[in-house]
Amino acid sequence: MPLFWLILAVLGLASVGYVLGRRRALQSAGGDSRKLHSLPSYYGFNAALKSAVPALLLLVVWLLAQPLIVNNTVSELIPDSAVPESSSRGLIMAEVRRAAEGLENAVAAGLMTEEFAGNAGADVEEISQRLKDAGQIVTSEITQPVMRAAQHYRAMNTTGGRMMSVAVLLLALVGCLWGLREVAPAFRARNVVENGIRALLIAAASIAILTTIGILLSLVFNTIEFFRLYPAWDFFTGLNWAPSFSGRGGSSDLGVIPLLWGTFYISIVALAVAVPIGLFSAIYLSEYASKPVRAVAKPMLEVLAGIPTIVYGLFALLTVGPLLMKVFGSDGLGWMQAGTAVMTAGLVMGIMLIPFVSSLSDDIINAVPQTLRDGSYGLGATRSETIRQVVLPAALPGIVGAILLAASRAIGETMIVVLGAGAAARLSLNPFEAMTTVTAKIVSQLTGDADFASPEALVAFALGMTLFVITLGLNILALYIVRKYREQYE
Amino acid sequence: MYDTTSEKDVDQKTIKFSARKVQVFYGDTHAIKDVDVDIEDKTVTAFIGPSGCGKSTFLRCLNRMNDTIDICRIEGDIRLDGEDIYDRRVDPVQLRAKVGMVFQKPNPFPKSIYDNVAYGPRIHGLARSKADLDQIVERALRRGALWDEVKDRLHAPGTGLSGGQQQRLCIARAVATEPEVLLMDEPCSALDPIATAQVEELIAELRRDYSVVIVTHSMQQAARVSQKTAFFHLGNLVEFGETGNIFTNPEDKRTESYITGRIG
Ligand SMILES: Nc1ncnc2c1ncn2[C@@H]1O[C@H](COP(=O)(O)OP(=O)(O)OP(=O)(O)O)[C@@H](O)[C@H]1O
Ligand SMILES: [Mg+2]
Repeated sequence: MPLFWLILAVLGLASVGYVLGRRRALQSAGGDSRKLHSLPSYYGFNAALKSAVPALLLLVVWLLAQPLIVNNTVSELIPDSAVPESSSRGLIMAEVRRAAEGLENAVAAGLMTEEFAGNAGADVEEISQRLKDAGQIVTSEITQPVMRAAQHYRAMNTTGGRMMSVAVLLLALVGCLWGLREVAPAFRARNVVENGIRALLIAAASIAILTTIGILLSLVFNTIEFFRLYPAWDFFTGLNWAPSFSGRGGSSDLGVIPLLWGTFYISIVALAVAVPIGLFSAIYLSEYASKPVRAVAKPMLEVLAGIPTIVYGLFALLTVGPLLMKVFGSDGLGWMQAGTAVMTAGLVMGIMLIPFVSSLSDDIINAVPQTLRDGSYGLGATRSETIRQVVLPAALPGIVGAILLAASRAIGETMIVVLGAGAAARLSLNPFEAMTTVTAKIVSQLTGDADFASPEALVAFALGMTLFVITLGLNILALYIVRKYREQYE
Repeated sequence: MYDTTSEKDVDQKTIKFSARKVQVFYGDTHAIKDVDVDIEDKTVTAFIGPSGCGKSTFLRCLNRMNDTIDICRIEGDIRLDGEDIYDRRVDPVQLRAKVGMVFQKPNPFPKSIYDNVAYGPRIHGLARSKADLDQIVERALRRGALWDEVKDRLHAPGTGLSGGQQQRLCIARAVATEPEVLLMDEPCSALDPIATAQVEELIAELRRDYSVVIVTHSMQQAARVSQKTAFFHLGNLVEFGETGNIFTNPEDKRTESYITGRIG
C-alpha cells in the first residue's frame, strides 16, 4: 500500500475512534455528560491518540530500519568472488539497487510480468535484454550475482512494505479498540489526553534538539579527520591562509586567524552601522512616533529583513562599492584599491541588520511598563530624559541580547561577503582593503571538485565548527543576559 | 484632628487650582462631567468616591499626566495660580515639576533606592554637591517614613523593597523635588497602620508649605487628614466643602449613603 494511503488510513481510523469514543462516552453516562469525569470529546481524543500515535511512530521506525536491514541481508548474499578487484562492495550494492529499481519500473510500465521479474530461475541475459528494451538499464552487463541480489532486494522490499502496512494498520486498530474499551464515566480521559499532548510537544522539541546534535556530530567527525591530516596548532595559530589548489599538494597553509580577523572586522563595521541606527529607530518608533506613523514605518523597516542576502550582495557590488570608490578610491582619497572591501561589506551588512536590532529592541522597549514612564514624567522629566534614564536602563539587558543575536547573524553571513568583501584572506587594519571571512572560505573550499579526503576540503568542517562554537557562545551569552533581565522585573 | 483653628485658616487661604467645567473623555467614555472645584493653598483636599468614579482621572488632569494617554481628551478650564495649565505656552514638564504626583500603584524605577529618590533633584539640578544631594535624599526618605528601614542599603535596588516600602519610596521620590502641590493617589492603600500614621503625619507637615490633594477610600483617613473633601460619583462632583460638614452634615443624598456605607 503506498505510504500516502497508509497514513490516510491511520488518520481515518483515528477519526473513527474519535467519533465512536465520544458517542460511547455519552452512552455510558446515559446521555448526561455531567456524569462523566471529562468532557465527551476527551474520550474521543483518547481513542484517536491511542490509534494514531503508536501506529505512526511504528511507521517512522519501520521506514528508517527497513532499508538498513534489507541492504545488509542482500549485501551478505553477494559472494566475495563477485566483487571485482577494481570495485568495492558499496559500488556493487549501488548497482544492485539500480537493477532492482529498473525491474520495479519495468513491471510498473507493464513491460514485464511480476512473475518474470521475480523468477529466480530466469535467465540473466534474458532479463537484462528485456530491461534494456524497456530502457531501464544503461550499464552494459549485469552479472548473475547482481541480478539475483537485485531480485532478492526487490522481493524483500515488497514483503517488508506489505508487512509494514499490515503491522501499522493492526496497531492503529488495536490502539483504537483499547481507547474505546477504556471509556467509562470514571475514566480520567482529560488527564490522559493532557499527558498525550505533553508527550507530543516533547517529541517536537526533541526533534529540534536531535537535529542540532546530528549536525554537530557530522561536523565533529570531519573536524577530527581534518586535524589528523593537519596539525590543530597550525590551524588555530597560523597567520597565513593559502590552500594549494592541486589538492594533495601538501603545501597548504591553513591558518584560521586571517579568516577570523576578517569575520570579526566586517561584523564590527556592520554592528557599528546597525546598532545606533537600529536602536534610534526603535526608540523613535516606540516612544515618539504617533500611531499612524508607527503602523506604516514598522512594517516598512521589517521589509528590509525579508530581502534575500544575495540581493544585498548585489547592492554592495554594484552600488555601495563604486560609491565608496568615488570617495576613497584613487580618484578621491586614494585609500581604496577596489570596490570590494571590508567597508563595503560591513556597511551593507549593517543595513541588513538594522531591522533585527530595531524590531527586537522595539519589542523590548515596549515591554517596559508604562507606569515607569509615568513615574518619570510625574517628576517633571522630559521625554528624552525619561528614555535615557529610565526606559533604556530598564531595557538595556534585552537590547544587549538583541545586539548579540544580530552579531551572530553578522558572523554567519556569507553572500554579502562573497560579493562585497572579496576573496583575499588578509590580516590588515585598513577597512578599505579586501578581506574575507570564515563562511566565504567554507564555500570556496567546498565548491568545485572537492576531494573529501584532502585537508583542503576537510578544513571547511573545522571552519564550520569554529564558527559554530563562536556563535553558540554568543547565543548563550545573549540568553544569559536576557534571563538576568527577566529576574530584574519579577 | 480636625479643629476649628484650621477652619479659620481655610477662609483666608489663596486658591491654588481652580477648575471650571472640566470634561474628560477616554475615546467615547465620558469619565469626568462638568467638574468645578477650587483647591486651596496650604490645605489638604481629599477626593472620595466609589471605584471607577473618576478620582484618579481628575487628579491626573491637574498635572497633565493624561497627556500620555492617546485617547484621553480634556475640555474646560484648569488654572494653577491663575494661569491656564492647558494653554499652549505652558510646558507640561515644568508643570509636573511644580505639581508632584504619587501614583496609585507603586512604580519605583529599576535603580537603587538612592537613585530613585535622587532622580528628580538631579534632573532639576536641585543639589549643588554630592553632600547636598545626600542630604536631600535623606530628608526625603525621612519624610517618606522609610529612612530607618533603608539607611543601610541605599544602594540596593528599589524594586527589591516590599509593596508598602515601595509606596513610601515613591512618596519620598515625589517630595524630594519640593513640589508646590502634591497629588497623592491612594498613597496608603498598601501600608500598615504604623506607616499610614507616618504618611498622614507627613501630609500634615507638608500642609504647612504646600497644597496636598489625596485620593482615599478610607473615610476615616479623609476625616483625619483633610480640611476639604470632594465627593465624586459616576464622573460628577456631587459635593465639595469643609470636611467636617461633608461627614457630619452632607447635603446630597448620594454623599450620605456613600459615607455611611450604602453605595460604593
Ligand atoms: N486609560 C484609560 N483608558 C480608558 N478608560 C479609562 C482609562 N483610565 C480610566 N478609564 C475609565 O475612566 C473611569 C474613571 O477611572 P478612574 O481611574 O479615574 O477611577 P477611580 O475613581 O480612580 O477608581 P479607583 O478608586 O478604582 O482607583 C473608569 O470608568 C475607567 O474605566
Ligand atoms: Mg484610581
